[in-house]
Amino acid sequence: MLDLRNVYYSYDKSQVIHDLSFKVERGEFLCVLGPNGCGKTTLLKNILGLLSPSSGSILIDGEDVQEMPITRLAKIMGYIPQAHTPPFPFKVFDVVLMGRTSYLSSLAVPGKEDEKIAFASLDELNISHLKDKIYTKISGGERQLVLIARALAQQPKILVMDEPTASLDFGKQHLVLEHMRLLSKKGISIVMVTHDPDQALFCANKVVLMKKGRLLSMGTPEETIIEDSMKKMYDIDVKINGMKLPDNRTIRVCIPVPKPLKARLRAINGNSII
Amino acid sequence: MIPPLARKKLMNKHFMWLDLGFIQVTLLILVPIAAFLFSFAIGRYGIPVSQLLSTIYMHYFGSSTAQATNLDTVVFNIRLPRIIAGMLVGAALATAGAAYQGMFKNPLVSPDILGASAGAGFGACLAIFLSQSVYVIQISAFVFGLIAVLLACLINKHLDYDPTLGLVLGGILISTLFSSGIGAIKYFADANDKLPEITFWLMGSLSSVDKRDILSIIIPMLLGFIPLFIVRWRINVLAFGEEEARTLGINTQRLRLIVIIGSTLITAASVSICGMIGWIGLVVPHLARSIVGPNYRTLLPVTFILGASCLLLVDDLARCLGSVEVPLGILTALLGVPFFIIIFKNNVRGWK
Repeated sequence: MLDLRNVYYSYDKSQVIHDLSFKVERGEFLCVLGPNGCGKTTLLKNILGLLSPSSGSILIDGEDVQEMPITRLAKIMGYIPQAHTPPFPFKVFDVVLMGRTSYLSSLAVPGKEDEKIAFASLDELNISHLKDKIYTKISGGERQLVLIARALAQQPKILVMDEPTASLDFGKQHLVLEHMRLLSKKGISIVMVTHDPDQALFCANKVVLMKKGRLLSMGTPEETIIEDSMKKMYDIDVKINGMKLPDNRTIRVCIPVPKPLKARLRAINGNSII
Repeated sequence: MIPPLARKKLMNKHFMWLDLGFIQVTLLILVPIAAFLFSFAIGRYGIPVSQLLSTIYMHYFGSSTAQATNLDTVVFNIRLPRIIAGMLVGAALATAGAAYQGMFKNPLVSPDILGASAGAGFGACLAIFLSQSVYVIQISAFVFGLIAVLLACLINKHLDYDPTLGLVLGGILISTLFSSGIGAIKYFADANDKLPEITFWLMGSLSSVDKRDILSIIIPMLLGFIPLFIVRWRINVLAFGEEEARTLGINTQRLRLIVIIGSTLITAASVSICGMIGWIGLVVPHLARSIVGPNYRTLLPVTFILGASCLLLVDDLARCLGSVEVPLGILTALLGVPFFIIIFKNNVRGWK
């Protein structure tokens, strides 16, 4: 499906992405993890065709993203940004309808068929009740769901997300992730950038770890998110352990382990106090 | 079985392509027609509606002697061109303002704030100064209007400041620049001949508009309006920003170019026949937005209609207010400021 081959990207002479290669198959849920400034967002923009790699190529079903017309790309790949407010108070339904942009002929406004699809997308996420609400007045979590619905209205094969849960409360984060997990089960490939290893452990079936624009490791969450690699990436000690859920799934969680208090105080104050 | 109330709601839902209710559509059709007829009837030479209708009838179906009466001259050679010009200019400035606002995702811009009006004004002044034909005046107005908008965008980009305010600031700077250019042209203009011509034209008035003027702006107006109406739905998507619009399948560069050229063309055509008229381009889009919401599919046609009606009524006021005509540009500002404060105060809640 999505295939990155030896992608390099440099900006103002500094190399932001260094020789990245990975594949995402149909229905796969890929999480890209890495510390701040490691090039995750730049990577996404390359995948979306907003930036073009300095060398290497990004292919969808064998076709180079850079060479695809913008409307064709939008029919294959949907982007879910972090929710923000536009300057005008659009209705939620109008926002979702914008997902149909790439399907319109150059003259037309959206027709009945487009409205049906937009409505079905809202329905799929159980938010049809928001249809006539004003997009700028609903809550952050609702807004994020509306953006997912908009991307679904594009009827894409791939969904790309940049920290979609960053500004949401704990409950809403998991609501959004759970929806994404279901979508990947329905056959949509998902590429999600996140800060939180727990999110990757919760929903990904493939993980890419990045540091300073390079690939650190790649594989299933079990293989990649381990205490050793987390220390390498974030420079802190972590403890990873399994937890049994009521439905018999075992979910692993990742918890930072602070150094013992005494040692930390000594490091801060020298030896003078103790 | 659908209950009657729900059925009525369904029927009202998507009336025509406008996504508006039946009553709203009827009102939007009736208001400009009423304003149109009303404007014929009032003025220094008052014409009762019955006499107006008989004059119109006689003009088209009566004998040739009937066409030479005073009444006929007033209606067809003085009032009709002025009314059509007023409606066209009002519609153009308001539509251009709405399109600029959507494209720059900035509720604070309009042709006058962006510098398009001042640029077009400078271009037209320059052509008048050089004694050029009507067509050269228009082309010159368009070219300088376009330069002004592009410069304002460039300043905004260069400032790297809050983009909403930066663009307004850039527009103000460019307006100042072109206004001083206009001042320079006036300084050098011949005081017996060119100077009064330029000065009266600049005040923004429809009083000297004749049939020839209207014929000369029809083509640029169509060239500007048609593409704007074709892309109007897509302008919505630009409100979400460059990158999101592109991932949704919009060729943003091409769309921006279409909107800038279309809006500047209709602004320049307006400026070239009646000088600089402010405020309509800022106030009317907000008025329309407060009535039908921000979706450009509906907003642009409604802005067009309201712009035409508003400027026409303000021009009626300019004609009838005193024994001497009040310049239109002054009246639009006088009415625009308080109106804008009221609408802006109500609308702004939805934005933040």
